[in-house]
Amino acid sequence: MAQNSQTMYLAIVLAPLFGALLAGFGGKIIGRVGAHTVTIIGVAIAFGLSAMTFKGIVFDGGPIYDATLYTWGVIEGVHLEVGFRIDELSSLMMTVVTFVSLMVHIYTIGYMHDDPGYQRFFSYISLFTFAMLTLVMSNNFLQLFFGWEAVGVMSYLLIGFWYQRESAIYANLKAFLVNRVGDFGFLLGIAAVLMYFGSLHYATVFETAPLLRELTIQVFPGVNWSLMSVICILLFIGAMGKSAQMPLHVWLPDSMEGPTPISALIHAATMVTAGIFMVARMSPLFELSETALSFVMVIGAITALAMGLVGIVQNDIKRVIAYSTLSQLGYMTVALGASAYAGAIFHLGTHAFFKALLFLGAGSVIIAMHHDQDIRNMGGLRKYMPITWITALIGSVALIGFPGFSGFFSKDLIIEAVHHSELPGAGFAYFSVLAGVFITALYSFRMYFLVFHGKERMSASVRSSLRETPGVVTAPLIMLAIPSVVIGWMGIESVLNGELFGHSIMVLPEHNVLGPIAANFHSAGGFVLHGITGAPFVLAMAGVGVAWYLYLVRPELPERIKQSFALLYNVLEQKYGFDRFNEVFFAGGARGIGTVLWRGGDAAIIDGLVINGSARTVAWLASVMRHIQSGFLFHYALAMILGLLVMISWFVIL
Amino acid sequence: MLADIPLLSLIIWAPILGGIWVLIAGGERNVPTARVIALATSILTFLLSLPLYTRFDLSTADMQFVERMPWIAAFDINYHLGVDGISMPLVILTTFITVIVIISSWSVIKQRAAQYLAAFLVLEGLMVGAFAALDSILFYVFWEALLIPMFLIIGIWGGPRRVYATIKFFLFTFFGSVLMLVALLYLYAQGGSFAIADLHQLPLSLTEQTLIFLAFLAAFAVKVPMWPVHTWLPDAHVEAPTGGSVILAAVMLKLGGYGLIRFSLPIAPDASLELSGMMIGLSLVAIVYIGFVAIVQPDMKKLIAYSSISHMGFATLGLFIAFRIFADTGSMAGAGMGVQGSLVQMISHGFISAAMFLCVGVMYDRLHSRDIKDYGGVVNTMPIFAAFMMLFALANSGLPGTSGFVGEFMVIMGSFKANFWIAFLAGLTLILGAAYTLWMYKRVIFGPVGNDGVAGLSDVNGREILFLVLLAIPVLWIGLWPAPLLEILQPSVENLLQQIAVSKL
Repeated sequence: MAQNSQTMYLAIVLAPLFGALLAGFGGKIIGRVGAHTVTIIGVAIAFGLSAMTFKGIVFDGGPIYDATLYTWGVIEGVHLEVGFRIDELSSLMMTVVTFVSLMVHIYTIGYMHDDPGYQRFFSYISLFTFAMLTLVMSNNFLQLFFGWEAVGVMSYLLIGFWYQRESAIYANLKAFLVNRVGDFGFLLGIAAVLMYFGSLHYATVFETAPLLRELTIQVFPGVNWSLMSVICILLFIGAMGKSAQMPLHVWLPDSMEGPTPISALIHAATMVTAGIFMVARMSPLFELSETALSFVMVIGAITALAMGLVGIVQNDIKRVIAYSTLSQLGYMTVALGASAYAGAIFHLGTHAFFKALLFLGAGSVIIAMHHDQDIRNMGGLRKYMPITWITALIGSVALIGFPGFSGFFSKDLIIEAVHHSELPGAGFAYFSVLAGVFITALYSFRMYFLVFHGKERMSASVRSSLRETPGVVTAPLIMLAIPSVVIGWMGIESVLNGELFGHSIMVLPEHNVLGPIAANFHSAGGFVLHGITGAPFVLAMAGVGVAWYLYLVRPELPERIKQSFALLYNVLEQKYGFDRFNEVFFAGGARGIGTVLWRGGDAAIIDGLVINGSARTVAWLASVMRHIQSGFLFHYALAMILGLLVMISWFVIL
Repeated sequence: MLADIPLLSLIIWAPILGGIWVLIAGGERNVPTARVIALATSILTFLLSLPLYTRFDLSTADMQFVERMPWIAAFDINYHLGVDGISMPLVILTTFITVIVIISSWSVIKQRAAQYLAAFLVLEGLMVGAFAALDSILFYVFWEALLIPMFLIIGIWGGPRRVYATIKFFLFTFFGSVLMLVALLYLYAQGGSFAIADLHQLPLSLTEQTLIFLAFLAAFAVKVPMWPVHTWLPDAHVEAPTGGSVILAAVMLKLGGYGLIRFSLPIAPDASLELSGMMIGLSLVAIVYIGFVAIVQPDMKKLIAYSSISHMGFATLGLFIAFRIFADTGSMAGAGMGVQGSLVQMISHGFISAAMFLCVGVMYDRLHSRDIKDYGGVVNTMPIFAAFMMLFALANSGLPGTSGFVGEFMVIMGSFKANFWIAFLAGLTLILGAAYTLWMYKRVIFGPVGNDGVAGLSDVNGREILFLVLLAIPVLWIGLWPAPLLEILQPSVENLLQQIAVSKL
């Protein structure tokens, strides 16, 4: 049995890898159709088997799998291994990842139809799927880090897919470096785990963790910090990079330079949620440090609120969605901080569907608009693109958390959970997630109205060619719209009663914020009814109403508001100045330090003063040495050979 | 029967004799013959070195494949060879890289091609000799002698400022070596033996140890190279022909790290402990300071040279954090992570730096420029090459799954045990390494076609693909499955740690 499941899990990981290798190395031979066929088959196999695994573990109560595949290395008795841990949490992630990936693969056939790098693109996204699966299926920190960096590299390659564009290759380098800042913290966290636990195997670490709860560590001499807090915060810095939490969020909006399918796959549904997944996976550690939980919650709250605000002033359709993603990742992070890990992963799941849907919908619009992404040039598209329109509407209402749609269930759960949290910072977080509901509704429907309703602002030539996109594009939209509606209904009960995650997530009784919600939960329908009477619903409707009034009824108003609040507008327009600061302080600073050390340190001081200045001293010293050693025959011989060769080569050179 | 074959001697002398044969057989008119002999010799030597691995006894830290003959009996100097888990991988690295260099030089060198190839073969034998020598004078002779072919390679086939670079290279290394000889003579005067194993046992006072440590350091720090005696390396690399850079970075720098492990640490353990703070400091300066310097280099070869110095900082750091852990905890438990990481880093850097220099060489052969600004958009005309260079650039940035990660990871893990801030500073390489490598990659490879030169580039040919593939294999292998390499290192490193944990005072 165990052997069978190991073969199956291996197949899940390796199928996309083989697809990627075939499309990558044999792209010329198997051609375009061959490339998308092999990669789609690979990912489809992975999805089918993942879904079976998910069903087997969550519904049929199958056993948890935790075993080593091979030993990466043994160092001083510490076994570093590559292996799988397949439980409720990882099987859910596998299913979500492979499903979205499959949809994106199909969609890409249409989106990248005319691109010369067709095979390369399929190879990359399949390879990404492989990397993401190794990350979520890992049973240890080392492999987690492998997958973590590998998805980062695939993101780097895909953002820079159109390598001739200066903006794309700027964005991908930026994304990689900012992620590396997070990884730097992450690696130190792993080092701390290895040092104190003597193992990188999840099960061992989680088991031992409660015993080390009281341990302290002196990062600064004389200052004792809780070991768990230090480890968790270091690990979370990694999550801040990957899941784009402030201030390491700066790479995500720029990553939109990549082709739209990868914005949906990597920068909305899967890779950016790796940080959220990681923290949920580490719940047995995070639960032991309220400091770390508070830190997580506050960072998430700031991100949720501040990034949503920026979304209001964006005019590039993909950037609006990108800031929305940042804000939603903030929601998930807040949930993690409140110990509502299940809520965070639930929102991760629903968000994966509706955000992938929104991105792919945006891609569909972009195709129709001949790659114009400015929403100010759109308007009234609903007439021309009915499928895109309806599915985008479904995605938008799911995003704002309209009762009954998937985003509602997960978001309301988070808001409620934060309300119950008693950790420091929970009050601020509660305010942020509530205010965020209004802001989300405002920017989402601003975009929706500007794109699909109102005046048709595009040029006549574009308008004449507007039409719905082909079936390979719209089919994934429909396929994603379905879960965007139903997944909340299906999931809410099992999230609350703990069936969905079983023991894969650990929550201490005093942090159990979902408990009171579960106690009052009777049915999904009741949850919806309760939602309609709640504050979030009112706020969301207010947001939609304001968007409707400002962008459909009185379209001249936004410009006037912009002028009256020029300062605020500029702050948002400049995204709070993070990019400028990083550009000047970090990028410029590093180049400045480098130049000073090179020209000043290496060239002027070491070479200029010390070396050239002491050249004569060296010669003198060497001659003295020679006298001291002149009694030895072998040295005479050596000196002769050397001297002879110096002379010969001198002769040859000149 | 097989055990009676003097394998190490064969690996040392076969390439030297092959080199002489190349010199005799291949004049200016007979270059094709010279190439074939050179390639055959290098492949034969590599094949000869493989039994060192296949017949290696993993259970012991003792020297294996030992050969011993009296050489200068009056001073008890012996022709004494042998390898353990520390030197054996370095020997195979040397024979492997030499094959790569011969292939890469195939049609590139136009002048005195036979002599060029012969120099590398002779150099190969001498380098293996230095790694395998168990007698300190034998080591010294190989160590000094191998300067000569390197000196000639840079001086004859180098770039326009080759004379300056050669003299700088020679002065730096020779000055250090002289001090090492003094130290060896002093040790002989004290213990009456030149055998390295005897030197390890020689009791010495702290003052003696400190002086000897510093004398050895003068030789080894220059070779590694450690800050601040590193400034010869960028100059030497820039002027050296591609093959010279490859050997220099891939193998010769390792002699410095190897020397520290074989001589400094076990001969002067108390001084190593005493001076470990300084050594860690210098290593961190190399990692961080040089990392910043690498970012702003306008010359690709210089950039990779600085990157080498920064990466070798991990090799020295890994060695000396062992002493910090020992000082803090009173035991060497946990120190093996750093020392093994240091060795893995050296071997991995051998492959990656070779690959990076060859990548620059591939472009240099076509456009005759090393300046980043002369390139841009190379991927448009050389897509296969761009893919290979991407792999090696990522390996150079320490990507998990490539060998570049393994050593850095282990050293950072080990450093954390010594001190949070050491790990913190060392960990900065994650950011700096990615910054200088990938920023260069962006400017050289990505983007629209930069100029007419780039527009006219032809992609890598079969020979170039061959050596790039040959290097990609170990880079990925060590990255995905370092266990076999770690198995080789483990007993010898453990033995070393036991040795240096015992005070000589």
